[in-house]
Amino acid sequence: MNTPINWIKAYVPDLSCTDQEFRDAMTLSGTKVEGFEKLDKNLDKIVVGQVKKIERHPDADKLVICQVDVGPEVIQIVTGAPNVEEGGKYPTVLHGGRVAGGHDGGPLPEDGIKITKGKLRGVESFGMMCSIEELGSDKNFYPDAPENGLYRMSDDAVVGSDAIEALGLRDTVFEYEITSNRVDCYSVLGIAREAAATFNTGFNMPEIKATGNDEKVEDYLSIEVEAEDLCPRFCARVVKNIRIAPSPWWMQRRLANCGIRPINNIVDITNYVMEEFGQPMHAYDYDTVSGHKIIVRRAKDGDSFVTLDGQERKLDSDILMICDGEKEIGLAGIMGGENSMITDDVRTMVFEAACFDGTNIRLSAKRVGLRTEASGKFEKGLDPETAKAAIDRACQLVEELGCGEVVGGCIDVYPNPVKESRVKLDPDAVNNLLGTDLSKEQMIEYLARVELKYDEVTGEIVAPTWRQDIHWQADLAEEVARFFGYDKIPTTLPRGEATMGGISFAHEVEDVARETAMFLGFSEGMSFSFESPKVFDMLLIPEDDPARQAIRIMNPLGEDFSIMKTQSLHGVVSSLATNYKRKNANVRLFELGNIYIPKSLPLTELPDERKQLTLGFYGDGDFYVMKGVVEELFEKLGLKEKIRYDANADRPYLHPGRKADIVYNGKILGFIGELHPQVLENYGIDDRAYVAVIYMPAVMEYANFDIKYTGIANYPPVSRDISVVVAKDLPVGAIEDCIEKTGGNLLESYSLFDVFESDKLGEGVKSVAYTMTYRRKDRTLEDKEINEVMSNLFKELESIGAKLRV
Amino acid sequence: MLNEQLEKIKTEALDAITTAGNLDALNEIRVKYLGKKGELTAVLKSLKDVSPEDRPKVGQLVNDVRAIIENRLTQEKDVLGNKARELRMKAETIDVTLPSKRNVLGHAHPNTVALQEVEKIFTGMGYEVISGPEIEYDEYNFTKLNIPANHPAKDEQDTFYINKEIVLRTQTSPVQARVMEQGKLPIRMISPGRVFRSDEVDATHSPSFHQVEGLVIDEHITFADLKGTLAEFAKKLFGEDTKVKFRPHHFPFTEPSAEMDVTCFKCGGKGCRFCKGEGWIEILGCGMVHPNVLDMCGIDKDKYTGFAFGVGLERIALLKYEIDDMRLLYENDIRFLKQF
Repeated sequence: MNTPINWIKAYVPDLSCTDQEFRDAMTLSGTKVEGFEKLDKNLDKIVVGQVKKIERHPDADKLVICQVDVGPEVIQIVTGAPNVEEGGKYPTVLHGGRVAGGHDGGPLPEDGIKITKGKLRGVESFGMMCSIEELGSDKNFYPDAPENGLYRMSDDAVVGSDAIEALGLRDTVFEYEITSNRVDCYSVLGIAREAAATFNTGFNMPEIKATGNDEKVEDYLSIEVEAEDLCPRFCARVVKNIRIAPSPWWMQRRLANCGIRPINNIVDITNYVMEEFGQPMHAYDYDTVSGHKIIVRRAKDGDSFVTLDGQERKLDSDILMICDGEKEIGLAGIMGGENSMITDDVRTMVFEAACFDGTNIRLSAKRVGLRTEASGKFEKGLDPETAKAAIDRACQLVEELGCGEVVGGCIDVYPNPVKESRVKLDPDAVNNLLGTDLSKEQMIEYLARVELKYDEVTGEIVAPTWRQDIHWQADLAEEVARFFGYDKIPTTLPRGEATMGGISFAHEVEDVARETAMFLGFSEGMSFSFESPKVFDMLLIPEDDPARQAIRIMNPLGEDFSIMKTQSLHGVVSSLATNYKRKNANVRLFELGNIYIPKSLPLTELPDERKQLTLGFYGDGDFYVMKGVVEELFEKLGLKEKIRYDANADRPYLHPGRKADIVYNGKILGFIGELHPQVLENYGIDDRAYVAVIYMPAVMEYANFDIKYTGIANYPPVSRDISVVVAKDLPVGAIEDCIEKTGGNLLESYSLFDVFESDKLGEGVKSVAYTMTYRRKDRTLEDKEINEVMSNLFKELESIGAKLRV
Repeated sequence: MLNEQLEKIKTEALDAITTAGNLDALNEIRVKYLGKKGELTAVLKSLKDVSPEDRPKVGQLVNDVRAIIENRLTQEKDVLGNKARELRMKAETIDVTLPSKRNVLGHAHPNTVALQEVEKIFTGMGYEVISGPEIEYDEYNFTKLNIPANHPAKDEQDTFYINKEIVLRTQTSPVQARVMEQGKLPIRMISPGRVFRSDEVDATHSPSFHQVEGLVIDEHITFADLKGTLAEFAKKLFGEDTKVKFRPHHFPFTEPSAEMDVTCFKCGGKGCRFCKGEGWIEILGCGMVHPNVLDMCGIDKDKYTGFAFGVGLERIALLKYEIDDMRLLYENDIRFLKQF
């Protein structure tokens, strides 16, 4: 919403403040000013000058020498403007003044252009006469400006007076951000009312006078509203003997400073009223309205209609149409039809000011693909009361401007008039909500500023119909707070029962996992929750894999963002690929984020959102480095039992010989492995890369941060080494199982210290050597005990086909 | 005779110690004179030939000489030991300006860094951190937040729909409704998380971003408490000198509503390019929980009041760390991540 301050001042005459003060005060009372532009910011020392005499320049064919009366004196100005005339009055910049831009109308320089006296081809010039472009505007807003040349001012302009004032450019345009609850502020009057309340000064509503001749509008026109639900009010008036002409200067200036191009008196009046009241209006050529009858009804499915921009629009039965006795003549609230539009030959016209259902207009405009100024206003849900005021205002202007004869009366179809909203004022409740200590009288005073009147009898606040946002005590509190000042409300901290606060266990586990991953050299990445269905192919996930059962977004940004992740690999692997392409060496990334597993498809209830910790790296390191990362993580999370690795894992995206499910207590808590070479190729990574995915909800069940000191053993340990020959493909885990099984409580630790194959050992076997440490906490171990453990171990090893090396 | 012999041993031993020059030689001297087969030991052994009445005297003499030699040995050993250590240390001098051997540490995502700061501030004030579903019922995302069907806000926010009833949540506010419905009062919570809006990706927009929701419900909670709490938050997050400004605004689920600005942390409020000359930066939306929301969530609106607020995490991260393009947050280029 852009509004020039001078128009506001027309209704708030005592407003006196700087632009910045206005901006700050309005913003703090709830009408947020996004910015403002002083139209005259670069216009200095520009007066009305009258050319007294024109002479040829002795040395330049295209230049002339003018003697210009600028009030106190006559100065000489050399100009190249083709349209300069003796007797003409032009905006004239004096020596040391400034203009906004060049005569070509290009982009305006930030600080304007300084004008000084000087010589043009040897002839002295003491200033410059201006085109409208040089004043920072253009022909769109000053339709009487020439295509090229000086802007000739009105003959009434006073020589020597301020030309900028005379051109209506001593004005500042404010841009507001209006919130959706304050539809009334999408209008000059709405903002003026807020301005008056903010500065606690008078607000003069323009007086709307009764208009019209002795005839009756009903003799000209009938209105029938079939779709009452979509059209709460429809007002129509008729104007005859129309004389199309330019609108008056003052109206042109107000519209132009709002950024609206003056066209002619009728168009300008509808635009003027739309700005002033926020009520869009439409005018139909009466002679094209068949049967002189207007019907407001829904369109039929499959109908089409040509709007006045010449475009054909597809209709459906939820779209509201304005029709005459035979045909459709307007897309209600959006745009009129080509078949009934006003032309310069119009003799009689119908003015329409209606109120349409905001939601319907919004959805219709969207479906039709045509969002107009009018639909933008209607969709916010206008006050039906405004329609009548606006149409009367328009007719008043028609009479005042002498552009037609208004037929008496108004057809007003308004079956269910809106009621004022009433809310009981409870001063204690207001103070309790705000934390203030205001008296009832103060509150009533603040509320009265925006015409929220106090009813002494009922103790209620009565909200005018344009305030459709006042229903609750809290709404009154906000109005009071706005004018008391949010900044004056005290600053306190909540009292009352103390709360412990803190984070949940799950959150703590995630924090520890994140910290550990970072400690292990992994940096945290984040990727979107939605991705392309193509990722399943990239990750070699089979067609029938349940992972392909993903939740689809109905209205995605595109196919690439259309499904919710069912696996977390793609995010990390594609990020690795990004880094690889950018030649970043040794990259380690992790992501802690959700995957979304539907309970059934299509979705009938919320899906499982499972947090996954996904780690990936390329560069230094191998499978066992990643395995170490997983084990460090598990240890930090308090998973102290032995982690097992199941190499038979069904993980199509992993290297078949370098993959494993991570098994803990018989449950799969994730997986680990080298990415499948085909996957690497699909992502454009020309290196090995390793990943691990850990299922956080599953880990959560075992995570434990309890710490218990178990003492330091005081008795000496006993170490034993074994070296066995086993089948080459036997995982050493099997040997470790034997060590653990037979070691029992006595086993303190063990570690693998040698694995090798050799010709001496023979084909298909390998040698594996472990050192074990046994200890008792309560006393020194006896040889007998150790020997028993060892002999059990040997038996166990034998059972898995291991041969002791001697 | 014995005296002379002892005197000679003493003189010889002490001379030898003085000229020994290293610890090995010193040890040889110890063996030569004090060892089991050493010269002084030999004298001691010959005591049996001395008359019993002279024995104590001579024995004393031998022990005195022994003590003197031992003392001197210890003394010299210290001197030589220190000297040897000095030499070794001198030889071991390193170039301390050679490169360090660092462990590679990972870095948290800027969103996480910002979030952890926010979490720390609020948990310190007794707030619980609660999370909620990212795929959410329309009812929680909108209806229970006073945004009925067909409300323009539903369009404005450009919601991603899964179906008519289920959406990708457009805000963390539905967690408010979920927590209130549980009915455990008083409530002091924040809820960080991922939210989604149908915006194309560019330098300032992303279809997926993060918010932190805050909610306090108790008896006697006032707008003044909201101001005080958020002023405190701003000071902790942006520095003690930070000032705040509350501007009236509109949100369907709060009334009165406000937007909070903080003084620009680059120029301190004087106005600079960073804050576009304003001196203030918009940071969050907030307000008193709408009575209709309390009602719909089963809280006695005549007894309890509350406030709520929502902060854009990316907004804080971008501002605080001066990141100029939002897309960087989701590219995961290690050169970017390393800076946090």
